[in-house]
Amino acid sequence: MTLDPALFLTVDFPAWAVASLSSAVCALLGNFLVLRRQAMMGDAVTHVVLPGIVVGFLIADAHSAVHMTLGALVATVLAVGLIEALRRFGRLEEGAAMGTVFTVMFAFGIVLIEQTGNANSHISPDHALFGNLEATVWVGPTAWGDLLSADMWALLPPEFATLLWVVPLTGGAVLLFYKELKLATFDPLLSRSLGFAPGALGLGFMVFVAIAAVASFEAVGSILVVAMFICPAATARLLTDRLAVQLWLSVAIAVLAATLGYVLAASAPVWAGTPGALSAAGMIAVAAGGLELAAILFAPRYGLLARRRRAAIARAAAGVSS
Amino acid sequence: MVDGLTVTYGGKPALEDVSYTAPPGGLVAVVGPNGAGKSTFIKAVMGQVSATAGEIALFGKSARSNRSVVGYVPQRTSVDWDFPVSALDVVTMGLYRRIGWLWPVRAKHRRQAFGYLDRMGLADYADRQIGQLSGGQQQRVFLARALAQDADLYLMDEPLAGVDAKTERTIIGVLQDLKDEGRSVFVVHHDLRTVPEYFDHLMLLNTRLVAAGPMSETFTVANLQQTYGGHMAVLPGGATAVVD
Repeated sequence: MTLDPALFLTVDFPAWAVASLSSAVCALLGNFLVLRRQAMMGDAVTHVVLPGIVVGFLIADAHSAVHMTLGALVATVLAVGLIEALRRFGRLEEGAAMGTVFTVMFAFGIVLIEQTGNANSHISPDHALFGNLEATVWVGPTAWGDLLSADMWALLPPEFATLLWVVPLTGGAVLLFYKELKLATFDPLLSRSLGFAPGALGLGFMVFVAIAAVASFEAVGSILVVAMFICPAATARLLTDRLAVQLWLSVAIAVLAATLGYVLAASAPVWAGTPGALSAAGMIAVAAGGLELAAILFAPRYGLLARRRRAAIARAAAGVSS
Repeated sequence: MVDGLTVTYGGKPALEDVSYTAPPGGLVAVVGPNGAGKSTFIKAVMGQVSATAGEIALFGKSARSNRSVVGYVPQRTSVDWDFPVSALDVVTMGLYRRIGWLWPVRAKHRRQAFGYLDRMGLADYADRQIGQLSGGQQQRVFLARALAQDADLYLMDEPLAGVDAKTERTIIGVLQDLKDEGRSVFVVHHDLRTVPEYFDHLMLLNTRLVAAGPMSETFTVANLQQTYGGHMAVLPGGATAVVD
């Protein structure tokens, strides 16, 4: 079987790259969400950005990445404020406050889509959940040599182009503020007493979570975004006791899941005989879950098997000495 | 110095009208029954909970602007022991202020942090994830971090709770060193038997400040009874026991 460069560059490469980049950026931020015990916040942000995106779309009256991102950021800051207000004045615990805010805002977004945008936009309730990875095509390059042509890169699908600045921006911010994020996540009290403004840092962090969610959302859908905020970080945590190593590992795991999931989805019709292609975003989320399950079972130190083996050795040792 | 400090949670006062001026360079034991507001007092000085009324000043400046002079050892239950950091990482955090915004941790900072760990007898455990240390070792890691902060005022919430004898000796040695260097240390402490031996000043709290001052004047049966109310019994021979 030979690889057809035109088909690969037009269909598979952009879809795989968009899936990998969005998975990687969500996974990187997800480490801090999981460590702050705020994994649900990733879920919340992924949902609350929807009405923001739609309002941005309506204001711009066109598909403008800038308007949609701004709308999403406003929605995120609003949601963070509302959650905090509900917690304080509504006497709700954080999970309940999040649950209230994000479901209401997401539902509002769906209503907005159905009432206004459905006819002339390609935002649909389906795409909000599962994304539209299959439609991420790069119409232009037909041969390997085309990759060297700047004209071709100008034709990149918009979600790909967006991720090409969001990923380095987010990665750069995490690198730059690594020490401060680590301290604020581990010990917010010390962070504040040393003057490292954990509150402002936390809000800035949520802004990046929102940017990552918006940039990823359209192509891969909210389900994959939520999965990527949580699974790779949780998987990586089982494999290392070093935060820096965990960050790199989670990104590698996210790209691996994206690759595995994409290949599985693309090839499933061939080996499983299913009539249509599987949802690539869905398969990637499944792959991320599968990798996490594998780590839960087989991780060298924290895996179930390793723990059982250690317990057995300890029992044997106790038996010998008694 | 705190003046008229009151902190309320949901309408119920946890601390009421507490005023106290700490002696410069002294070991102050903060003592009282459960729910007396001891941790609240520490948290209020740290700025973790806000005062409903009253003033907190640190070395003549308002606490808000001067909090970096405070080093603290958190209560064990408030630490996430599963967090992927090593003992050395935790101690290094005490140096972050000196490292400054955005600057990365460099080799010389790690060497410095290692020095503090070594002083706590933990040189062999520098790379251990904090959850895999014993309770006493964990306590010493956080004390090493507090030392790394090089603060003028230290706040410690039950550093001696549930630690082994070696750790207790190490911590008391460090407290003495801090005092000899002219620093002030507030320690929430539970064990009335060792209070007069380890500390030289005493704050007796039961929501209100019952008594405060030098140990010899404050550590009296009358004051303790007033602090613990019916939960304290004076045994024959003058010994006291707290009945929880």
